[in-house]
Amino acid sequence: MATAHSRVAARFMISPAVLLLLGWMIVPLSMTIYFSFLSYNLLMPGMEEFIGFTNYRFFLTDPAFFAALANTLLLVGGVLVITIVGGTALALLLDQPFWGQGIVRILVIAPFFVMPTVSALVWKNMFMNPVNGLFAHLAKAIGLEPFDFLAHAPLASIILIVAWQWLPFATLILLTALQSLDQEQLEASEMDGANFGNRFIYIVLPHMARAITVVVLIQTIFLLSVFAEILVTTNGGPGYASTNITYLVYAQSLLQFDVGGGSAGGIVAVILANIVAVFLMRMIGKNLEA
Amino acid sequence: MARRVSNRRKTLVTIVAWAVGIAIFFPILWTILTSFKTEAEAIASPPKFLFFDWTLENYAEVNSRSNYFLHFMNSVIISVGSTLLGLAIAIPAAWSMAFVPGKRTKDVLMWMLSTKMLPPVGVLIPIYLLFRDSGLLDTRLGLVIVLTLINLPIIVWMLFTYFKEIPGEILEAARMDGAGLWEEVVHVLTPMAVPGIASTLLLNIILAWNEAFWTLNLTAAKAAPLTAFIASYSSPEGLFYAKLSAASTLAIAPILVLGWFSQKQLVRGLTFGAVK
Repeated sequence: MATAHSRVAARFMISPAVLLLLGWMIVPLSMTIYFSFLSYNLLMPGMEEFIGFTNYRFFLTDPAFFAALANTLLLVGGVLVITIVGGTALALLLDQPFWGQGIVRILVIAPFFVMPTVSALVWKNMFMNPVNGLFAHLAKAIGLEPFDFLAHAPLASIILIVAWQWLPFATLILLTALQSLDQEQLEASEMDGANFGNRFIYIVLPHMARAITVVVLIQTIFLLSVFAEILVTTNGGPGYASTNITYLVYAQSLLQFDVGGGSAGGIVAVILANIVAVFLMRMIGKNLEA
Repeated sequence: MARRVSNRRKTLVTIVAWAVGIAIFFPILWTILTSFKTEAEAIASPPKFLFFDWTLENYAEVNSRSNYFLHFMNSVIISVGSTLLGLAIAIPAAWSMAFVPGKRTKDVLMWMLSTKMLPPVGVLIPIYLLFRDSGLLDTRLGLVIVLTLINLPIIVWMLFTYFKEIPGEILEAARMDGAGLWEEVVHVLTPMAVPGIASTLLLNIILAWNEAFWTLNLTAAKAAPLTAFIASYSSPEGLFYAKLSAASTLAIAPILVLGWFSQKQLVRGLTFGAVK
């Protein structure tokens, strides 16, 4: 049993972490909320004035916002589909016995450890470049016209780059879940004549459902904030073709110095992320009790 | 009972798995190979895979032309510094929540997690302005502070899940023998907690090393870690494949090695214990 003395000590030990996170959350966030109601441009210091919801009205009716919202959803959705489907297939493959399992697993998870700016630049220059990229060489070798990926399909290209980075994460977690599957149950079903498809749908998939949900939620949190990959490949363009909400807020506040408008956008991003966060927290919270 | 697998099937799976593994790893392999080519060979058509004149000149160039070592050290200082600071704050917190849980421990844990869900753009402007006004822009100290705070929830959570697995009876026994709180922490708990702390340290260094939102927005020439330095190669005049590859290889190599050691912790740390 914990004594009263140790309870006080415990409260004391936990307080630095709590206070720091509280400060980190409340101070800047309330500043953002405050700025979002101001007309505030860094190029015109001293001219700040309260303008109510005007920034929100401008941000939410700006065509750039709809483009960015659509791009954000496509980016998150596209990467999720690729990584969940690909990750499930890879996990099933790596779960089979074969020679060199350890090495192949190392190869597969490697992209997760590559910093975002490196992977984006490597893909942009060495693979997707229409003149010197490997894809261009390949296209020419089979008699096709090289395709300028980042100019003509910027969002799809970024989805590909980000999916490559996150595929290892999905694979690793789904593989971990798969390995806790009861082998005897599988064997029994096999003896009862269930084919691969049936076994997958009725035994494997329900077993992995929880892990898949966790992957979806955690990736969504990170994918809503994709930034570096856009910055170094397309700068959000052409036009707004590859601008997501995160990048739009960055551009508005640090490139156009519109603190008020950028802050309103930041708060919109916070609200969007919170919708996802509520579901994720509920899942993790359930696990804490079990 | 282990499943018997025919050799034919095993061979087939081996071929498919290796093909897929190499395909996924290929961009990294290609970057490493290109870093040993001359600039002319790096863009040769058709591309050269292995049969080129291997050279180390790009590595020398990257170091002499830019202040590569400075950025490398920035990455080391920022990632290690923020991790150690984070651990110093998180260890007591995780310890007390794991061993002296109160009524609100679960709420505190969940709340800490919720701070991680805050999208960085939501606080970009205030942090930028506060940093500008306090002279923290483009300093290592500033980045250490920010990265400590953004990774603190993950550190607390990881440590908590590890500490939870340490049997409480051992602590009680120590208390019976008259150990005070401090002795308990230093002599009993710490040795048992070292593996968990080490895994947390490893994963957090990886996350901090690769962090690319705050490092890009809060640094310029002086304190830029490798994430921000590499981004400077995105300008057209920096379009030298072999040098980009050499700089990239140097930037990812240490973390690739650390990462391979931390496979298991990765799952636990990034899912907040929801998948083990």
